[in-house]
Amino acid sequence: MSAVSKTYYTEDHEWIRVENGVATVGITEYAQEQLGDLVFVELPEPGATVSKGDAIVVVESVKVASDVYAPADGDIKSVNDALSSEPGLVNSSAEKDGWLWTMALSDESQLEGLMDKSAYQTTVDQG
Amino acid sequence: MSDTGPLRELPLRHMHEEAGARFAPFAGWSMPVSYSLGVMKEHLHTREQAGLFDISHMRLIRISGPDAATLVARASPLEAESQAIGASKYTFLLNEDAGIIDDLIVTRLAADRFMVVANASRAAIDEAQLRCLASGLNVQIEPLDRVFLALQGPQAAEVMKDSGIETHGLTFMHGLETGDGWFLTRSGYTGEDGFEIALPASDAETLAGKLLADERVEWIGLAARDSLRLEAGLCLYGNDLDEQTDPASAGLVWAIPKPLRGGGGYAGAEKLAEIISAGPRKKRVGLQPEGRQPVRDGATLTDPNGKAIGRVTSGGFGPSVGHPVAMGYVPPDLAEPGTAVQADVRGKPVAMKIVKLPFITKRSKG
Repeated sequence: MSAVSKTYYTEDHEWIRVENGVATVGITEYAQEQLGDLVFVELPEPGATVSKGDAIVVVESVKVASDVYAPADGDIKSVNDALSSEPGLVNSSAEKDGWLWTMALSDESQLEGLMDKSAYQTTVDQG
Repeated sequence: MSDTGPLRELPLRHMHEEAGARFAPFAGWSMPVSYSLGVMKEHLHTREQAGLFDISHMRLIRISGPDAATLVARASPLEAESQAIGASKYTFLLNEDAGIIDDLIVTRLAADRFMVVANASRAAIDEAQLRCLASGLNVQIEPLDRVFLALQGPQAAEVMKDSGIETHGLTFMHGLETGDGWFLTRSGYTGEDGFEIALPASDAETLAGKLLADERVEWIGLAARDSLRLEAGLCLYGNDLDEQTDPASAGLVWAIPKPLRGGGGYAGAEKLAEIISAGPRKKRVGLQPEGRQPVRDGATLTDPNGKAIGRVTSGGFGPSVGHPVAMGYVPPDLAEPGTAVQADVRGKPVAMKIVKLPFITKRSKG
């Protein structure tokens, strides 16, 4: 990753890595542990315009379906197609190969106020 | 069942915690949902070796006294008077409309004694129904406080033997009282061979420790219990069965002795005979999504033209079959295996077909 990238974390257990106005979004290691083995990931259509808080992706474990939300306004640029045949990538590599989608941000300042890694880790540790 | 009161804790909670359990509320209890293995491996482990389940939320109710068989015959469509001592039967409590109040396993312990295993969420209602039907009879109805463990899987019988736990030659769907407060049956809810053991909390840790010392045994949580029973085509009360559903619709007439299908002395007999004779208006079926996407309970089923025809009552992923699995109810003319239907999942249609149940080849015989 280049030096200009920055990673944010949300209370909903998503991570957002931003480089040059494009955000890559996934769920955290903690979230994948809580969900257990994923069996299906429903991904959005590239090109779709989304608003902050929209449910964009559904991750399904053996037992439950959970929504993943857009952390900011923008346009979906690409989705992680590898997940259609191998949803378990989210379990084995939640914060890297198991990324969910990328989006062009309309207003990067919407991410201000999100947590950095250590702040997020503190909330997780406190349960 | 209360969703608001304090949750009841399992007597063996500390053992579950040591095994890395995640807990969630279920029917008023804080129950282990999965352990460090994870649902998928827990499920597969049970089908390959042996899984140990803490099912102490299930309620044991002992019926004893000179009129015990009379009460069972009033409560359930069973030939209780002639039920062999040691035989376990899958049965129901029915309301006057033949709706299922609960599904049960009833074991005859002695001429004058039966054991009922009831669902946690329905136990209080079951007990009230039994007490109501017991009016004028000489019987005692005792809910028992027990730890209840299930050992399930193809290695279960070998594990019991190697752990030195006497199984008294029990065959599937048989049970007995084996000692001071112990109740052992060969039965289960996974489609596998196995045992269910109820015993006083003071004996439970030793027994669980003995079983877990065998490397073929792992703790298995409620999540895998659900996927195991769904693959085996077994009903979950509250999902696949409720008071608006009768045994004929649920495809459970096999559990009713032939002479009692046309009526009898049990609650709901008259209405059930009518339904069996006229044919049910809906039928429980197996459902398989065409793709990889699970279709879960509550999803509306439609015909290929989008007309609503029924509902999915249980659904998820089947780790042993490697694809999503579901059950639901459709009109009888659409219940034929191979029939194409659709489920509405978050506003999008998912193609499914009706399939035969169970999804796996059951190894439990009974």
